[in-house]
Amino acid sequence: MTRQTVDLRPSTEPPLPRPRPLASLVTRPQVIALAAVLFVNWLLFPGFFTVTWQDGRLFGSLIDVLNRGAPVAILAIGMTMVIATKGVDLSVGAVMAISGAVAAVMVTSGYPAWLAVLAALGAGLVCGLWNGILVTLLEIQPIIATLVLMVAGRGLAQLITEGYIVTFSDPVLIFIGTGSFLGFPMPVVIAFTLMLLATLIVRRTALGLLIEAVGINRSAARFAGLSSGALLLIVYTFAGFCAAVSGLIVAGDIRGADANNAGLWLELDAILAVVIGGTSLMGGRFSIPMAVLGAMIIQAMNTGILISGFSPEFNLVVKSAVIIVILVLQSPLSARLFRRLPGKSQ
Amino acid sequence: MTDAAARPVLEARGIVKVFGQHRALDNVDFAANAGEVHALLGENGAGKSTLIKILTGAYHPDAGELLLDGQPIHLRDPLHGQGYGIGTVYQEVNLLPNRSVSENLFLGRQPTRFGLVDRRRIDAQARDLLSRYGLDIDVRAELSEYSVAVQQIVAIARAVELSGKVLVLDEPTASLDRNEVQRLFEVVRGLKAKGLAIIFITHFLDQVFDLADRVTILRNGRKVATQRLDTLNTTDVVRMMLGKDVAFEHHPTALTGSTRGQVRVAFKGLNRKGLAPFDLAVHEGEVVGVAGLLGSGRTEVARLMFGVDGAEGGEILVDGRPVTIRNPAQAVAAGFGFCPEDRKLDGIFGDLSVRENIIIALQAKLGWFRALNREDQVELAGRYAEALDIRAANHDMPVKLLSGGNQQKVILARWLAIDPTFLILDEPTRGIDVGAHAEIVRTINRLREEGLALFVISSELDEVVAYSNRIVVMRDREMVAELAGPDIASDAIVQAIAGTPQEVRP
Repeated sequence: MTRQTVDLRPSTEPPLPRPRPLASLVTRPQVIALAAVLFVNWLLFPGFFTVTWQDGRLFGSLIDVLNRGAPVAILAIGMTMVIATKGVDLSVGAVMAISGAVAAVMVTSGYPAWLAVLAALGAGLVCGLWNGILVTLLEIQPIIATLVLMVAGRGLAQLITEGYIVTFSDPVLIFIGTGSFLGFPMPVVIAFTLMLLATLIVRRTALGLLIEAVGINRSAARFAGLSSGALLLIVYTFAGFCAAVSGLIVAGDIRGADANNAGLWLELDAILAVVIGGTSLMGGRFSIPMAVLGAMIIQAMNTGILISGFSPEFNLVVKSAVIIVILVLQSPLSARLFRRLPGKSQ
Repeated sequence: MTDAAARPVLEARGIVKVFGQHRALDNVDFAANAGEVHALLGENGAGKSTLIKILTGAYHPDAGELLLDGQPIHLRDPLHGQGYGIGTVYQEVNLLPNRSVSENLFLGRQPTRFGLVDRRRIDAQARDLLSRYGLDIDVRAELSEYSVAVQQIVAIARAVELSGKVLVLDEPTASLDRNEVQRLFEVVRGLKAKGLAIIFITHFLDQVFDLADRVTILRNGRKVATQRLDTLNTTDVVRMMLGKDVAFEHHPTALTGSTRGQVRVAFKGLNRKGLAPFDLAVHEGEVVGVAGLLGSGRTEVARLMFGVDGAEGGEILVDGRPVTIRNPAQAVAAGFGFCPEDRKLDGIFGDLSVRENIIIALQAKLGWFRALNREDQVELAGRYAEALDIRAANHDMPVKLLSGGNQQKVILARWLAIDPTFLILDEPTRGIDVGAHAEIVRTINRLREEGLALFVISSELDEVVAYSNRIVVMRDREMVAELAGPDIASDAIVQAIAGTPQEVRP
């Protein structure tokens, strides 16, 4: 053996993505599940796939699914990375409320909209950083650390709005929630852009791999010389940022900040989206696009039940049934079963 | 007590226990007599804890039988064993710290009156019981208010009350100070006088000689010997524990002793609470082996060097320049690598691929934004996998699917990929099959020849001798001897470990 010095070519070319043929993408349980849910929606409501062009933007149930699913999809982008580190962030719903409250109070007090947006995003970053500090420096378990802000955050939001629902008519904030770009609703554009950016950043740098390593074995990560603390700080801060973006969208959509209800329970939907997307709560391998897909599956079900005329009470039961099916499809058990089927290689 | 009067209370015959491919116990006989303290000794992985678990019913033997007072018994679980009179006290007291002493003593069998717990009677009985152990304490106070030694005695009292024939003490003194140990020993001697058979597990040899009558030594799942301790000295015991009494194969370069390059890494007065300050210089192309029993501070030294535990004093020089190492990331930046003892816990990333496991340390060293592209990764992984002969179907498979030996080589490859100046290996051959074992030893020799500075900890004496230029011997968390060149011989090492006075070199 000869031990040469390592000849490095620092990333002039980005790492190639893992080879992922189209066929394997289409046969993923998430994609099948989404197709199935959409198909059922179509059966219940034949006009489901009809998309029309009106006043310079797209309309239709499908667009509605994308639009309504965007806030959870954005939360899921941040949540994916947190869960990949074997953590969880329960505070994102409350952070949405804080961000909405900050923006609404700022514009109603006469500050310019851009400053209000920056302040709201800044508030999200600070909240995320707070979570990160609790998790890394104080070594509190993530579920407890973020529970603090989940409870306190809504109180903070109420303090900011002084207990009222603060309505506004600022066109910029309203545009974020209800506007459109190239025919697509702004929330969809924002969610899609954020998904692309986040995916590019984690996969073209080493962040993705290092986050996965920390999530799989934090102790081994330490022994291998990874700075887990800095990675965790970044990940929680980013989750806070995503929550703030989501909060802005929800506030813009209803033209007001409702500290009590904005983002209520959405952290659970976000966690669910991530899990449906195939990222294990045990940490490790993660996929941001799949988590976004998971958010869309959840929203497609919500929308389907609403438009089908079933009473909304069915929503939760149907949702849990579909989720159980998806999780079973993803389980190692079914992977073994499928592999044994004759004629189905791999 | 004379041997003639000895009567085995608990006896194990021809015990075999297999875990997967690994024979944890291979045809082991063991007998604990009434009225004796029987010490059970062996290095990590020798099979001590497996044997204890079989004796107490936690494991079921794959072959062999257990006899209690000459009658065969089949233990379903530890509770069943307790019913037969076999009680255990573990290193960590497994009682309820937030309940009173008396409740702990009588938990599950409280004396009741009209269906209610009779507190006054419990307390009176508890006081009475503990006074027999020379303990006069407020039994109504919470257990956690007392020292670990008192808690241990309470645990022993409970175990003896519940069982009363055989008492297994599994490293009971690990967290006690000298006085507490003596107090515990008095209690144990009292029980011995009452005719209990006491099985005593520890890795403090002086305590074995202090307390025990006989000793059984296990190594690699086999019984080496059972002997009366008054016929033995420490050196004999160490030799039996570490094996081979022995034709050591000695490495030629170590004999010449003069092939050392310049000093790569120097540690000066490095120390930490519970570890005496040490000076050590490791040269280019040199393997410094570390010998010593478990608990002698071997791993602690390695952790200190690599910044896993922060040093409280002393300095580290790499190529003559001082470096700061307060965490492993700084150690990696200084060109250190560390293959930890517990591969699964601290080494591999089970779900990551072989390739990713190999490049991860280099990637961490390069930072987040200088990502190795896929071709570089494939090339690096391929080069080191070939150099170390890592056998994997492909390098994209999760590393957890590889065998222990191949996983160890993956971790070794990970460090070679950062082009290290100094490599620390803690028990690199533990839990690895024989073939891979020899290969790892060959690899260590080869790395030395290529000019790497290595610090290798191993319990296997013949192995340390086979690749070390120098051997540092540790005892009681202190480097007590250094052997080099022709001094590297089995006897010298064994005697240094045992602390036989005439043999210790300063």
